[in-house]
Amino acid sequence: MNKIAQVKNAFDLTTYISAQESKGFLRFLTCGSVDDGKSTLIGRLLYDSKLLFEDQLAALEKDSRKHGTVAEDIDLALLVDGLEAEREQGITIDVAYRFFSTDKRKFIVADTPGHEQYTRNMVTGASTADLAILLVDARKGLLTQTRRHAFIASLLGVRHVVLAVNKIDLVDYNQARFEEIKAEFESFSSGFDFDSRQVIPLSARYGDNVTSASENLSWFNGPTLLEHLETVELDQHTSETAFRFPVQWVNRPNLDFRGYSGTVRGGAISVGDEICVAQSGKTSRLERIVTMDGDLLRAENGQSVTLTLTDEIDISRGDVLTPAKARPDMSDQFAAHLIWMSENAMLPGRPYLLKCSTKTVSASVTEIKHKVDVNTFDQHAAKQLTLNEIAFCNLALSEPIAFDPYEVNRDTGSFILIDRMTNETVGAGLIWFGLRRATNVHRQALDIDQKARGRLKGQKPAVLWFTGLSGSGKSTIANAVEQKLHSLGRHTYLLDGDNIRHGLNRDLGFTDADRVENIRRVAETAKLFVDAGLITLVSFISPFKAERQLARDLMEEGEFFEIFVNTSLEECEARDVKGLYAKARTGQIKNFTGISSPYEPPEKPELNLKTQSKTVDDLADEIVERLLNDGYIGTDNSWVI
Amino acid sequence: MGSCRQSHLRRLENESIHIIREVAAEFDKPVMLYSIGKDSAVMLHLALKAFYPSKLPFPLLHVDTTWKFKDMISFRDHTVQQYGLDLLVHTNAEGVKNNINPFDHGSANYTHIMKTEALKEALTKYGFDAAFGGARRDEEKSRAKERVFSFRSANHGWDPKNQRPELWSLYNARVAKGETIRAFPLSNWTELDIWQYILAEGIDIVPLYFSAKRPVVERDGTLLMLDDDRFKLQPDEKVEHRNVRFRTLGCYPLTGAVESEADTLEDIVSEMLIARTSERSGRLIDHDSSGSMEKKKREGYF
Repeated sequence: MNKIAQVKNAFDLTTYISAQESKGFLRFLTCGSVDDGKSTLIGRLLYDSKLLFEDQLAALEKDSRKHGTVAEDIDLALLVDGLEAEREQGITIDVAYRFFSTDKRKFIVADTPGHEQYTRNMVTGASTADLAILLVDARKGLLTQTRRHAFIASLLGVRHVVLAVNKIDLVDYNQARFEEIKAEFESFSSGFDFDSRQVIPLSARYGDNVTSASENLSWFNGPTLLEHLETVELDQHTSETAFRFPVQWVNRPNLDFRGYSGTVRGGAISVGDEICVAQSGKTSRLERIVTMDGDLLRAENGQSVTLTLTDEIDISRGDVLTPAKARPDMSDQFAAHLIWMSENAMLPGRPYLLKCSTKTVSASVTEIKHKVDVNTFDQHAAKQLTLNEIAFCNLALSEPIAFDPYEVNRDTGSFILIDRMTNETVGAGLIWFGLRRATNVHRQALDIDQKARGRLKGQKPAVLWFTGLSGSGKSTIANAVEQKLHSLGRHTYLLDGDNIRHGLNRDLGFTDADRVENIRRVAETAKLFVDAGLITLVSFISPFKAERQLARDLMEEGEFFEIFVNTSLEECEARDVKGLYAKARTGQIKNFTGISSPYEPPEKPELNLKTQSKTVDDLADEIVERLLNDGYIGTDNSWVI
Repeated sequence: MGSCRQSHLRRLENESIHIIREVAAEFDKPVMLYSIGKDSAVMLHLALKAFYPSKLPFPLLHVDTTWKFKDMISFRDHTVQQYGLDLLVHTNAEGVKNNINPFDHGSANYTHIMKTEALKEALTKYGFDAAFGGARRDEEKSRAKERVFSFRSANHGWDPKNQRPELWSLYNARVAKGETIRAFPLSNWTELDIWQYILAEGIDIVPLYFSAKRPVVERDGTLLMLDDDRFKLQPDEKVEHRNVRFRTLGCYPLTGAVESEADTLEDIVSEMLIARTSERSGRLIDHDSSGSMEKKKREGYF
């Protein structure tokens, strides 16, 4: 029956709503490069499922004349290439989401670019997909990129794959060619853990076997692409997972109601069930499942609800409610696959923000175990990760979080990394397992603490962190300050960049990764010296904000003085005490700060020393006075002067 | 991943509620843009669900161009009263002073001053760091690639080539001072989903969506309704009373009506199922140039 008759003659509201209520849902992504006809295929699905409106068709015809790459008829790919830049270049750069539905299912298509430089876009599309369509050109067969796409889909936990052998019209609907590609695909994809794999011959351009079976492909017994999308069975894993409820928002309309709002991310829960807060280990029972449409007796995976418990226990955003008998892992260290998504390289040791479910903590990569070549799956050693690279890493967090392995639960086993300075999303991670070492090494509580040591020395210990370009005068000024403090009877220690590099850090070079590690070690050392009660002077170029922030975060509030030795590049280069700038300019020294490596000036240093037209002595006095005024060194020992 | 046992409407509902709560939990000062249309009605309904039994933890903001249909304004005030909502109304005072209107200044200019500029003004004035909008990815091609949490620079601009990757249901809510996000909880809904949901949930919408005899004139192939006496007729135009309704609502001089007999929700949905033109075709502002929405969004339009 056609749609108009169906709607006009037999429109029955209740039947209609209940049909909508039972309609299923499938998210899939299409992988392939522009030449494989990926956008054309999606355009074809939209076109054939009659979801294009007249005005959209009119716009399409207009656009086809302007940008079209298909000479004679309308170019379906233009339906989906949305941004102006993409239409001009004829490629799909970003992830686009498309929607269509049939009587059986509603579909969300993530249309992602296929080239290696857009791996991050494919990863993004795959993160929410149930199924992936790998597109190949029948003339070319499986390519390196097909292997890459299958690998990424498998890594991201996409359970179902379809190999769409497109442009079958261009090999004259040849069955032998199809069987050849099919055999090759089956042999190579058997290494991946997919729930289903289906190989389908089709022509997106002419519509063969996309939404309806084709005379040209009468030798093919399998389903059309759309039939397969409508019927592939999805629900094989969800029932096995344990109940997980990351708390999003504490719902407190008045003193009598305290609920926890969030979305169920695994399993199911019923009123009366025992519940445990993963982080604190406290337990209670589920009292009510509250929704605006009335209370529920049971809530399952995917439902957004509000829970109340029978006991008043301390719960806040970021906590995960779980069954007491099936708790998630808790750890501040774990091993994970990391996909790097930023133009700025990932450096081990550099602190990032990590968001997992509703919890955000500080985290850094402690070790890159190996980098994965996405084309050959070979493993390589690596010191850093650049855009689109995938690696297996160990991460350390500022506090333990609750998580599940990604293969068990995609929601509680995934995380993103956020740059602390730019706030960009720079990485995506899939957790494999927690590392127990950290949990078994307990901190030793000591009786004599930093305060006690500082009191004995009559001072409040702190770090004076001098940052600035090479030759700006950091060490000279730090030296003068230490002399003055010493003559005031204060206990100090000076950590100097050049000296440390001859000893503790002599294994490190000047790459960005090594610079980060250099600063991390110095910051940790400074922390020990502060703990020993010393006023610790650190004189390091320390060009990156993120690492200075790391050092600051290690110390307690008020223990860190960032002192910006503010001498212009021109001035430093003019002085060039050690002749380094000259060498850097001629390329004899690589990665030289200010010349071939960036210096990020502090935004809010505790002290900003404008060195021009001031003597070293004046500048040193400025710092000592600040310490006096802020009470770090007392005036009670003034007899020393 | 939600369970596949849920119907598609429930899945969309659950996802939207998650997004709305995430914004409320992570931002200091969110606001919900309320345009009074059907998408806003659905978004508001979802927000009420998200925080129940609490009240909305943020205000609504209506950018009033002073050219909205009268029925929209009375519906707005009624809704606000019914749910005890906190509503802010903002109008570009400079624009009113200069009598900027859709007839004399062209749709592009008028929209820029009375909508885009007014919105930016309001966001800056109140210091909101996140603003909900009811836009959907199926509306227009450049929207299809926009994120759910869509980052805006300190001057409210959108950079389509520099969007944050958005994976799983993890949304990056970090912004520097002065920067904001636009949050689109209805990103994955289609127009049909919206109507089906309104039908299933019994959500109140502005009567203009239902067919009634209304005074209209045909101008450049579009049926425009005479909502007040500011509508200046051209010499050859004459007012007719026809059975019309609106598939989308905005400023009355820029919103085309469609001839229709659909005066119940059921009729509207069945009309939707056989419709052959998409809803934005009734919006005059999208047709200025191909890619015009992308251009507007770069400048700060919602």
